[in-house]
Amino acid sequence: MSGPSTYEPKSGITRWLDRRLPILRLTHDSFVAYPTPRNLNYWWTFGAMLSLCLIVQIVTGIVLAMHYVPHIDMAFASVQRIDRDVPFGWLIQNIHSVGASMFFLAVYIHMFRGLYYGSYKAPRELLWILGCIIYLLMVATGFLGYTLPWGQMSFWGATVITNLLGALPLVGESIKNWLMGGFSVDQPTINRFFSLHYLLPFVIAGVVALHVWALHEAGQNNPVGVDVKSKADTVPFTPHATIKDLFATTLFVILFAVFVFYMPDALGHADNFIPANPLQTPPEIVPEWYLLPFYAILRAFDFNIGPIDSKLAGVLAMFASIGVLFILPWLDTSRVRSMRYRPIARQFFVIFVVVCVFLGWCGGQNPGNILLKAGQFTATLSWVAEGQLSERSIEAPTAAQWQETADAAEAEARSQGADMTAVTRTGETTGTIRVVTGGNPELQTVEASTPDLLEEHIAEMKAEVGQAAPFYTVVRSLPPRFTVTNFSQVLTLYYFLFFLVILPILGLRERPDRVPDTIAKPIAQGAP
Amino acid sequence: MAEAAHNTQDGETTRRDFIYIAGASVAAVGVAATIWPFIDQMNPAADTRALSTTEVDLAAVPEGQQIKVMWQGKPVFVRHRTAAEIASAQRDDFANLKDPQTDADRLVQENGEAGQPAWLILQASCTHLGCVPTFVEGSAFGGWFCPCHGSDYDTSGRIRRGPAPKNLLVAPYLFTGPTAIRIG
Amino acid sequence: MLRAISAAAVLVLAGVGVAWAAVHGEEPEKYPFSFESPVGSYDMAAVQRGFQVYNQVCANCHSMNHLAYRHLGEEGGPFALYMVQNEETHQPEPHVGRPEHGGEFVEVTDNPYVRAIAQSHMITDIDPNSGQPTDRPGRISDRFRRPFPNEIAARASNGGAAPPDLSVITHARHGGAPYVRSLLMGYDGQTRGTLHHNPYFPGGWLAMAPPLADGAVPYADTETPQTVEQYATDVATFLQWAADPHMEARKRLGIVVLAFLLALSGLLYLAYKQVWRGESH
Repeated sequence: MSGPSTYEPKSGITRWLDRRLPILRLTHDSFVAYPTPRNLNYWWTFGAMLSLCLIVQIVTGIVLAMHYVPHIDMAFASVQRIDRDVPFGWLIQNIHSVGASMFFLAVYIHMFRGLYYGSYKAPRELLWILGCIIYLLMVATGFLGYTLPWGQMSFWGATVITNLLGALPLVGESIKNWLMGGFSVDQPTINRFFSLHYLLPFVIAGVVALHVWALHEAGQNNPVGVDVKSKADTVPFTPHATIKDLFATTLFVILFAVFVFYMPDALGHADNFIPANPLQTPPEIVPEWYLLPFYAILRAFDFNIGPIDSKLAGVLAMFASIGVLFILPWLDTSRVRSMRYRPIARQFFVIFVVVCVFLGWCGGQNPGNILLKAGQFTATLSWVAEGQLSERSIEAPTAAQWQETADAAEAEARSQGADMTAVTRTGETTGTIRVVTGGNPELQTVEASTPDLLEEHIAEMKAEVGQAAPFYTVVRSLPPRFTVTNFSQVLTLYYFLFFLVILPILGLRERPDRVPDTIAKPIAQGAP
Repeated sequence: MAEAAHNTQDGETTRRDFIYIAGASVAAVGVAATIWPFIDQMNPAADTRALSTTEVDLAAVPEGQQIKVMWQGKPVFVRHRTAAEIASAQRDDFANLKDPQTDADRLVQENGEAGQPAWLILQASCTHLGCVPTFVEGSAFGGWFCPCHGSDYDTSGRIRRGPAPKNLLVAPYLFTGPTAIRIG
Repeated sequence: MLRAISAAAVLVLAGVGVAWAAVHGEEPEKYPFSFESPVGSYDMAAVQRGFQVYNQVCANCHSMNHLAYRHLGEEGGPFALYMVQNEETHQPEPHVGRPEHGGEFVEVTDNPYVRAIAQSHMITDIDPNSGQPTDRPGRISDRFRRPFPNEIAARASNGGAAPPDLSVITHARHGGAPYVRSLLMGYDGQTRGTLHHNPYFPGGWLAMAPPLADGAVPYADTETPQTVEQYATDVATFLQWAADPHMEARKRLGIVVLAFLLALSGLLYLAYKQVWRGESH
């Protein structure tokens, strides 16, 4: 579409068609004669793979919809029927579920490529934003689709996400009700999720058309990041880009096929093979792998920020982590597009990729898991064995004076030769004091690697001692630790710093390497 | 391919063309093979195919009555014919029939053995456009009448008058006991 | 920096290993199941024996709602029937299970073994004449007989814990078939009230009493040991088949598809090299 059309109809029929509906001209100008920078590397082939993924998902999805039943009592069984009884149903269902993962794998590489080579900078801001919209729609479609098999993960994922949207101020409650269509995730929910899951891919296809249109208007970016200046900088799209895309896409399909045929369930979760049960939450709820980084950001906020409670903060941060991508073209102040010529930004970019991977890892872990700790968790139990146990009730004059009264009673007991005392409060002002006199003081220390295990060991120790000890004093020593949540917090901080601080400041201060004048020049000089 | 012109050596042209043709053919085979599962999935699934038999207890059908049972999602008439109906059917074996067939032929079981004249097992779809005919006592030919377009069938289910081209189809059935049959 | 990252990764992974063992049960014992490798197939004799174990033991409490008797005789099923030409008499002979080579598959509707299995179970149905609930012999199109009419009954009869459906149990549990096998063999005899201790079960205590005992299921094939370990292995194999009945077809097709794709990518690579010859990039 850049430059005048070079299409010349050769036969009478094409001339006739060209006067009335110049669709061949459009195809020729967009996908045949279209000038492509000659230095595009393999990172530029993911667009073709993504088109393939969209087509595959739509075709397999339409086929699955011929057999799937969106009903809470039949959805799970209908998926089982597809896998068992429908001719080639197992194949088509595997392609569809693995396809979602492949789609996201390709889109993430595509996005990181755009980030590295500055493909969001003028004049491609809208192109980038349209891409972000496609990504958001993909997330929505993926989530809706994941609920349809109506397994445990489906059900509880739907419950968690609808509640999460419900946390949004003002509109949240309404959105939640519109999605659920009832008081909980139930029959109306699965019905409308199915409807929307069928609809959104076609919306994606529409936005993809805009994305491609915008791409062809602005022209493709390239690894050097300088604009096309002459015909020497480009090759025709067909056959040069087409054949390269085809080759790379075939390699991608090989990976796809390995998953479909040899590990179709590797990317799923075992709990989704358990039919949905509204009475029981699975021990751990995790989304599909491609949403794990956002899940980690959501869970990183376990503290209130002023008037914003932790739940809302997590939700807002999660949306902001995608929202920040929309304004990225205006956050990055550097005039150099490609990070190939930005040595410092390149290093921050590598850290950013690693951070995203680790965020994904954190999203899949139990948030309380301890990654690092200063020492073992220990507890010291002390008790008196074979002592004389006596018990009496105490009463404070007012509730406020309870502590004083209790302390006084204990001090009194000790002055009378008690070895150990314990006060149990039974009411506002009443309680009992138990006193052990005589006997042998005993001491035991237990050690564990997590606080939960420590409590377990304490309980075991108590069971072991049994009747010999009337009661215990337990002193716990919990050294500082670094949990998955803490790790997520650090990673989340970097995620936002990268976009909101590093890119804006670095763009102004960094001294970039020398950028070639034209695309053709470094090639002529033999550089990659 | 614009640069095809500046290839001078013949051998090179041949080799290049071979790669392109081979690549395109292999890809075409792949596309064709990929289409098959997407077509085949529309065929009846294994559970649907397995439901293709229906067992019927004949003891519950008194003489002169019929029941409709479902077989493969379609209705089937199981008619307990009276002696008069049987006689009428056999008498018309050599009448002027649109779709000539003897009554005995229409009673043959799935395995080729002769059936019992009292039991007529018919697919309840008019051979015209698929409506379910009604058994009308005392109708022109004593048998079924299709309310949609007025086809008349006799007591053997043969077409005698009206737009239907063929006799009512006999459902494949087998006697599995003195008073039990399996359809399909 | 790379070194720092990898050190952090090692620390993180070590921490996870510890945590995993605490929350989940003990790691299932490894067993070289025949279906595990990318070219592995089901040991159909084990699947058949496993079905017998399920049928005589597990089926008293556990449903398999997504399986029908006909599945046993469909292609890839343990009782699939093939007609094989006898090499001496040149007469076709029935052969249960996929033969080494040749053999013509017999449609499951004509499979006497599957019909016999179906008819040996009484299925609750509606009497077509009276409309009242009645029991009748099973047909091949029937789903496996349910031990309890509904989940409430299942729970009420089992001390409040409904036995899970086993149709896809090896998919629905971390650890898959080795987990099922280890669990069945892993009871150590400790009990607490109605609960039984099993180190492989997450949390350690489960409501299911040890279901298997040596010699409890008489195998027709006397060569095979009739031990808990053998029963557990066989039933785990059967349950894996039940969860993934098309695995053999899937792996076979996978080889063809991958071979095709490799050839295609080779050709496309050559074509790509050809197109870009003489183009600097």
